[in-house]
Amino acid sequence: MSATLAKGINAFKEVIDTPIASYFSSCVHCGLCAEACLFHNETGDPKYTPIHKLEPLRRVWKQEYTLLGKLGKMLGLSKPVTDEELTEWEPLVYDSCTMCGRCSMVCPVGNDITYMIRKMREGMSASGHAPEDMKGATKRAIEIGSPMGIKWPAVQAQIKHVQAETNIEVPVDKMGADYLVLMSSMEIINFPEYLSAISRIFKQAGVSWTLAPDAFEATNSGIQIGSSDLAREIVSRIVVAAERLKVKCVISPECGHAFTAIRWEGPNLMGKPFGFEVKHILEVLDELHAAGKLKTKGKDKRPLTYHDPCQITRRGGVVEQPRRLLGSVAEDFREMPDAGVMNWCCGGGGGVSANSRAEPLRLEVFKVKKRQIEATGVHTMITACANCRIVMEEGLEHYHMKVEVLGLTELLAEYLVEGE
Amino acid sequence: MNHLDLLTFARGSAMNWALIIFVAGIVLRLFEIFGLSRKQDLARPRTDSPGSGWRTMFTRSIPPQGMLKREPVTYIGGYVFHLGLFLAIFFFAPHIEFFRSITGLSWRALPSALVDASVVAAIVALFVLLAHRLNNPVKRMLSGFGDYLAWTVTLLPLLTGYMAYHHLMLEYTLMLSLHIFSVELLLVLLPFTKLFHTFSVFVSRWYNGDFYGRKGVAS
Repeated sequence: MSATLAKGINAFKEVIDTPIASYFSSCVHCGLCAEACLFHNETGDPKYTPIHKLEPLRRVWKQEYTLLGKLGKMLGLSKPVTDEELTEWEPLVYDSCTMCGRCSMVCPVGNDITYMIRKMREGMSASGHAPEDMKGATKRAIEIGSPMGIKWPAVQAQIKHVQAETNIEVPVDKMGADYLVLMSSMEIINFPEYLSAISRIFKQAGVSWTLAPDAFEATNSGIQIGSSDLAREIVSRIVVAAERLKVKCVISPECGHAFTAIRWEGPNLMGKPFGFEVKHILEVLDELHAAGKLKTKGKDKRPLTYHDPCQITRRGGVVEQPRRLLGSVAEDFREMPDAGVMNWCCGGGGGVSANSRAEPLRLEVFKVKKRQIEATGVHTMITACANCRIVMEEGLEHYHMKVEVLGLTELLAEYLVEGE
Repeated sequence: MNHLDLLTFARGSAMNWALIIFVAGIVLRLFEIFGLSRKQDLARPRTDSPGSGWRTMFTRSIPPQGMLKREPVTYIGGYVFHLGLFLAIFFFAPHIEFFRSITGLSWRALPSALVDASVVAAIVALFVLLAHRLNNPVKRMLSGFGDYLAWTVTLLPLLTGYMAYHHLMLEYTLMLSLHIFSVELLLVLLPFTKLFHTFSVFVSRWYNGDFYGRKGVAS
């Protein structure tokens, strides 16, 4: 399907709903959203003001859905949205917004700007104004099954490796298992520790779980690029596998946007509530911990801090779980300034890390994370998103900081009481 | 037309028309917003948090952590202006008399001197906020004709009201007429400018609160 301006404008018209109309109606141009934005904050450039990134969408709303705007359009007084304008806006909508949601928490009139950016990307991608790298990632996700081009055999290789290392069988396609475990490409390629940690923790806790060859990938390029049709196709793989295997719950891995894609957007993309639950791995681990099934011994002596991934904490509501879990294994846990629901984004969410054009900007805005880490004085940072992890590792390297980044699941596995 | 005729016109048919446009405009704008509808959220909420949207309508008036320090002028200027305007509109004895004449409801007025002070504070805040708008690169970039128009039509009733009350510049009847005309201008423009946030702010805050509430995040 070829992308055209007309399709883009149509997509803009389709996504505008009551909340968006109320948001645009309420904006008083106070500019406070800029103060909450990572990109404006670190560069000082006013063009990164969150509400400004929505200007083309706002004009479509005004011209199509308000009487005054329609009159203006009829009289030829309003400026139509053009291809040139969308080209100019592309870096604002994709490169300089991680959909982290800080602006939505701060806006005094309550505008959920992040929600609007997500919607605006539908029109941007339909009109062909999405970054090339994200188009490629989405194409791979649809055609190959994963944005990084990973196929099931790569997972099988990792399973073999994990089985050899842990002596624990990794269940595949197990009918009636309680949990279907998903992974992100990043974990399959860069962080095999995750699968190993899950195997050991679940063995110890007596959890019945499985992987599925047709639904191992949790990430969803469709929601990042802004294509609900493609996002639906990607989510449907997980839904089909979960229903086929009759699992009670699907576990979203240590990945931010995957959680948003499956937990919050999934049922809406599919047009029906799910017959199974969706939980983030940290929620499952916290439940096991509370039930006394996840026993740990000893505490990590290193001073640690925790980076809240935006989609898991601010946009996902998993706030206390990582803190309770860390409390059980960390002797010296230190919160960063602004930790929790107002934490600063790593700079690579919302598809920014998949967009090579955005790399210099992403490294520049990492300065805020640098300051946050320096304020704690730690050299070990824990997180629960493989994408945050790789983005932060790159940022740390760029600024020559000696800070190690670890996944929380893998940290817990280090202190697991095994073989009892 | 002498000053008294002018005042009679301002209070009479001009006010009626202004109120009609004001109410019709608000109804139209609300229709424009709610007519679009929204899809039901099919994702199971994390916790049943009834009232999250309603709570956010009020809690959003409080600056989130660290924000007051970052933008003190916007926050403090905003509070002073809104509070000053609110007190002047609803707690000045002659205004209460006006509301009683159209709704039959009345309530206790604040001492005129206090209302007077709040009007001065609101006017000062408006000028501070204008200066900030012109100086702050973000605000300046976001601002257009509509922002300055909204500022002007908000200032005029405050200014003319103050001048009428203190018998400044013009003859009282004439100044009072101008005050009423400026209010009518504000009423007519409110639904069609960003001043409509007076009403839509409750809608947008509700949706924001509902969104975050479903996710288990207080907003």
